[in-house]
Amino acid sequence: MAVTVSPERDVVATPVQRAFREALYAAAIALGLFVLFIGLKTDQNISNELILVQRWGLLAIVVIATAVGRFLYVGYAQPAMERAKAQKAAAPAAAATAPGFIRRNFNQIGVAVLLLYPVAIVLLFGFQGSLKWVDNFGIQILIYVMLAWGLNIVIGLAGLLDLGYVAFYAVGAYAYALLGTHFGLSFWILLPAAGLMAAFWGVMLGFPVLRLRGDYLAIVTLAFGEIIRLVIINWREVTNGSAGISGIPKVSFFGLMSFNVSDPNYIAKVLGIAQSGAYYKIFLYYLILGLCFLTAFVTIRLRRLPVGRAWEALREDEIACRSLGINTTTTKLTAFATGAMFGGFAGSFFAARQGFVSPESFVFLESAIILAIVVLGGMGSLGGIAVAALVMIGGTEILRELDFLKAVFGPDFTPELYRMLLFGMAMVIVMLWKPRGFVGSREPTAFLKERRAVSGSFTKEGHG
Amino acid sequence: MQYFVQQLINGLTLGSIYGLIAIGYTMVYGIIGMINFAHGDIFMVGAFAALIVFLILGAMFYSVPIVIALLIMMIVAMLLTSLYNWTIEKVAYRPLRGSFRLAPLITAIGMSIVLSNFVQVTQGPRNKPIPPLVSKVYTIEGVSVSLKQIIIVLVTAILLAIFWYLVNKTSLGRAQRACEQDRKMAALLGVDVDRTISITFIMGAALAAVAGTLFLMYYGVVVFSDGFVPGVKAFTAAVLGGIGSLPGAVLGGLLIGFIESMWSAYFSIDYKDVAAFSILAIVLIFLPSGILGRPEVEKV
Repeated sequence: MAVTVSPERDVVATPVQRAFREALYAAAIALGLFVLFIGLKTDQNISNELILVQRWGLLAIVVIATAVGRFLYVGYAQPAMERAKAQKAAAPAAAATAPGFIRRNFNQIGVAVLLLYPVAIVLLFGFQGSLKWVDNFGIQILIYVMLAWGLNIVIGLAGLLDLGYVAFYAVGAYAYALLGTHFGLSFWILLPAAGLMAAFWGVMLGFPVLRLRGDYLAIVTLAFGEIIRLVIINWREVTNGSAGISGIPKVSFFGLMSFNVSDPNYIAKVLGIAQSGAYYKIFLYYLILGLCFLTAFVTIRLRRLPVGRAWEALREDEIACRSLGINTTTTKLTAFATGAMFGGFAGSFFAARQGFVSPESFVFLESAIILAIVVLGGMGSLGGIAVAALVMIGGTEILRELDFLKAVFGPDFTPELYRMLLFGMAMVIVMLWKPRGFVGSREPTAFLKERRAVSGSFTKEGHG
Repeated sequence: MQYFVQQLINGLTLGSIYGLIAIGYTMVYGIIGMINFAHGDIFMVGAFAALIVFLILGAMFYSVPIVIALLIMMIVAMLLTSLYNWTIEKVAYRPLRGSFRLAPLITAIGMSIVLSNFVQVTQGPRNKPIPPLVSKVYTIEGVSVSLKQIIIVLVTAILLAIFWYLVNKTSLGRAQRACEQDRKMAALLGVDVDRTISITFIMGAALAAVAGTLFLMYYGVVVFSDGFVPGVKAFTAAVLGGIGSLPGAVLGGLLIGFIESMWSAYFSIDYKDVAAFSILAIVLIFLPSGILGRPEVEKV
């Protein structure tokens, strides 16, 4: 058995001994952390008084599980990982092999999969069976992809930390909801209008915060997001408060066909096919996919334009930027406005898809989730962000589907309850595992002779 | 005038609670330059710990003098919450120290989600009301001051005094201030940086736990999602006062408390939070590093 030598007090301790000790520490800490919260549960009795329910068995299980987990991690997983790392370091030639087919053509494959996804699902499950998969997984994930790509312009390119991005999403959603229900305007007119309105609010927010840097900027954007939400809640005459707005009109097929069964130009009647709600969902899927591609296209193109280069220069060094004659004010404002515009697009799409908006959809947690996706994906990398959205949103959506767990843990077990808990844990674990995000390399847009991906550690994250 | 004084007292009470939480934010920010987003939820954990201790005391003893009960609640909440914050720092923030700036921010947001959902899962999603602990109210010249409010302001003042002594007069405080100014240099001069940072987290958590206990006593109810709003307000307070500055955090907390109570008294209770956040934005336009914050030196 190998003897670890590095820390002094571990000179004589074998990994297993060390793991045992660590497991004991972990158990003690877990006991301390959980004794009140898992060992006891506050419950209301019939007369609505709080009483304590004792759950010492559960506490014991959790503490023992923590200790065993720690034991296995320190005793076996950690040495194995170190050995793997040492092997990799010893054989550098093997690491330099050319990337595989999938990795080389990742973007093309991704686009193809996204385009064919609804077709495949319909073939597999039929039109009725496809509803859930297209709506809950496809559309849901793509909305977050689009939001994250929009936020990526502000954070990933311009390096401005925005914690209130959901405000623009809300502006877009309410713009469509209000104008659509009150004036009966079509989605295709209101989509650009909602984007413009969100961009306008982006500039409005941008003005006062231009002088702020770093975390001051973060808190003001957070406050701005909260202000928008609170105004929506309290301005009841217009927004109907927390009850929200319902009956938001559906999107039409470019005005040619409608998805309302009662309309004379209902799609099934026009095309002479069976009625199904799935057409609308599939149409929405392609709509949000198109919006995502638009976001990606604009982002990629902007990076090659002077304004995009100015954003990235601003992120790398604001003072150098200023001394080279870049107008930092307009540069920051355009970043805010562009990012906000895509948030507004996504918002109006969200309103059209749900048919209902309420302030509850625009809480800070949403901003945090979008930010987490951007950072977990590797800021500035579109592919990485899409993967992060898939993992984080798709992963939590799958938890809704795990009904078989009920058979294991009994009928009272609801996996949904643990959804956000696991989401938070996943955020922490992924970040610890890959602090630079899933895609740790960047493609520079300006290069001397050949384009080469550089490590993400060479790019700065900006100071606001 | 009486009405104004009444609101002043309400604002002072509220501001004391915000101030206690804000210190945790500002200290952590000062020493490692990160926004500890989980701090609001640490406050909520403190309130819940106090609640559970209160129920244990009620179940085990028929009657405990209220002062002793409060004291026990506070101490247990402080210990437990400190353990939480210490563990979180060790698990989620320490491995990312020296990594890039947004990484610990994301783990902090993740930890905040974990904490609130952990409490929701283990303790249930419903409001947890307790019978009023202290109900005495004094009326002086038409202004009513409840004993609760006196306790809150008194406890805050005592804690701030202890805290001021710790930071300014002890070697621990000196180490903290050294780490705040230059972590590498402090390490070279023999300050145990890791330990100092751990202690900073523990101190912040202890103050948040006291704030949680006082919150529970004042409002008589707590729910798993209670960490967010006071957390954001306290963070706002810390920024308003100038993040990194301890007197600034208290000042900011009091200001936010006053703004809130005055706005709800004279204008509209619905928009009190909007007022607090708007004033933050306005102050930062004119004083970009807060009221007492040191302006950031731009290095070329």
